[in-house]
Amino acid sequence: MDETRIVSGNKVPSSLAQVGITMKYTLLDYIRSRRFYIMLTIAIVISVILTFVVGYYRPASFLATDLSFYSGWWGNIATYVIVLSGIFFGGDAISGEFQNKTGYFGIPNPIRRSSIYIGKWLSALIASTIILGVFAAITVGNGLYYFPSVPSEFGLSLLFAWFYLMAVLGFTFFFSSLFKSSSMSILVTAILFLFAFNIIQLFVANFAQVEPWFILTYGAQIIGNILKVPYPPPTSVGNISPGGNGPTLTMYNVTVPEGLAIIGLYFIITAALGLVLFERKEFT
Amino acid sequence: MSSPFKCRRIRIIAKTETIQMPSIEAVNLSKQYNSFTAVSNLNLKIEGTKCVGFLGPNGAGKTTTLKMFTDLIRPSSGEALINGVNVRSQKKKALESVGTLIETPEIYPSLTPREALMMIAEIRGVPSDERKKRIEEALSEVRMDEWINKRVGKFSKGMKQRICIASAILSDPTVVLLDEPTLGLDPRGMSEVREIIRSLKSKKRLIFMSSHILSEVSDVCDEVAMIDHGKLIVYDTIANIAAKVTGGENIVEVELRRPIEPELMDKINAALRGVKSTEKKGERTFRITFSGGVDAQERILAGIVKMNIGIISYKPAASELEDAYLKLIKSTS
Repeated sequence: MDETRIVSGNKVPSSLAQVGITMKYTLLDYIRSRRFYIMLTIAIVISVILTFVVGYYRPASFLATDLSFYSGWWGNIATYVIVLSGIFFGGDAISGEFQNKTGYFGIPNPIRRSSIYIGKWLSALIASTIILGVFAAITVGNGLYYFPSVPSEFGLSLLFAWFYLMAVLGFTFFFSSLFKSSSMSILVTAILFLFAFNIIQLFVANFAQVEPWFILTYGAQIIGNILKVPYPPPTSVGNISPGGNGPTLTMYNVTVPEGLAIIGLYFIITAALGLVLFERKEFT
Repeated sequence: MSSPFKCRRIRIIAKTETIQMPSIEAVNLSKQYNSFTAVSNLNLKIEGTKCVGFLGPNGAGKTTTLKMFTDLIRPSSGEALINGVNVRSQKKKALESVGTLIETPEIYPSLTPREALMMIAEIRGVPSDERKKRIEEALSEVRMDEWINKRVGKFSKGMKQRICIASAILSDPTVVLLDEPTLGLDPRGMSEVREIIRSLKSKKRLIFMSSHILSEVSDVCDEVAMIDHGKLIVYDTIANIAAKVTGGENIVEVELRRPIEPELMDKINAALRGVKSTEKKGERTFRITFSGGVDAQERILAGIVKMNIGIISYKPAASELEDAYLKLIKSTS
């Protein structure tokens, strides 16, 4: 059988290699961008404020044990750094391809859309990991000033934080694929992570008395909880009035397996849905 | 001494070296947006090494068609084939030897032209030892070599358009799809882009370009496909289309070095065989409508020269395509 073909001197790389190419150049764009330096500045400013507050006021809640230090510093702040990084690097990663028309430069090439999506996701993950890494390094630097060693629980918390970062980026990429407007996708993800999830969690736990297992930020509690000794019980009831006779608040605490499952499911579902949306979306 | 393995290898090489002409083909291609039909059952096959202009009024479906050929949008039905390969189902293979410029793309602002083109070169599989040279050549061709290491973010629209044209020709494609390639360029830039298109033609490429500038199309294209309301009206050479529309008549424009004498028009009408009519266009220019093709065109030129009236220019009217366009588009409106 005679086979005919168009003679071309180029051999198009595999889809996996094209993921790497997209990742390399998108990361270069991220790392040179103003938003990267703004996010880095935010992480450093938060760290500087904490360094000053802890060094000057020496709060007992921070300095009682090494774990209480990392719980107070890292456990309270890391999730915000992750969410902000996710919004900064993932919020318009896909919608920007439509609104800014960068998609017209990359898409009409012999490359699958999935390679572009995964490459961009990986570059956002690396850029966010650098920011998180800087915040973690400053945390450890301060910790070593007050305590001789770093507790192993911090290593676990760091790992959970990184998993959470993956899920947050999966989520932001999903919303970024859903909208064609960059500002809309950034706004929706920011509102969800910074306000809506927390409010829903509070209402669901207290009014419906239901464990908010379906909310990503609930799963992220394992980042702070792992630094607490003992690990918080699954449920606890607290009184919000000083006398102890007023209304009560039900606190649900996610266990480590539950937290990992919530984070993992959010990552898999939102990343896959985002990819499907991007594959189907049209540059009209 | 020969081995059976050696013979087999030679046979395989010979088999893969069979060359097929570049082609693009729309087979019942349609695009529907709710109740609006952007492209309706478009059937068009363009094959060979030539430049084909894609014409039509705003909203006719030109850009939509080009987007379906480049995976920017999906057809509602039908197929877009490049070199016989379906763009939708085998995108990587279909676009492996295609250079594109659709609308006015933006480039990641923190990258330099060198980096942006390096990304495209790597994606398209340009051999690593050739990338640097090809990027420099492509940027030089679009007169952007001075800006090779500056970040794209602060470039003007025209500069970005030039880089995108460089990106389209970077991998030495056999098929080039251009959507209004001179849009946003200054007159010099437009002229340079036309020069690039001519240079691609000389390299035996298939170029399919949409444009609103009819003089540009008649200047660089060999054939024209016209579309209106998402439907193909005509696909043929410019001369054939013009002849069809005018009933076999052609028009030439004549320029003299001195003002036209009042009786000249009548003189030409009476003296030269094949002339249907003459029309004064300016103080020193006039048009002759004639029948009889290139033989008549040659004979009329010889006749005018004999009249010794100071002819300095004699060429097919630039408005030939425009007249055909206006008549064809009007007839479908």
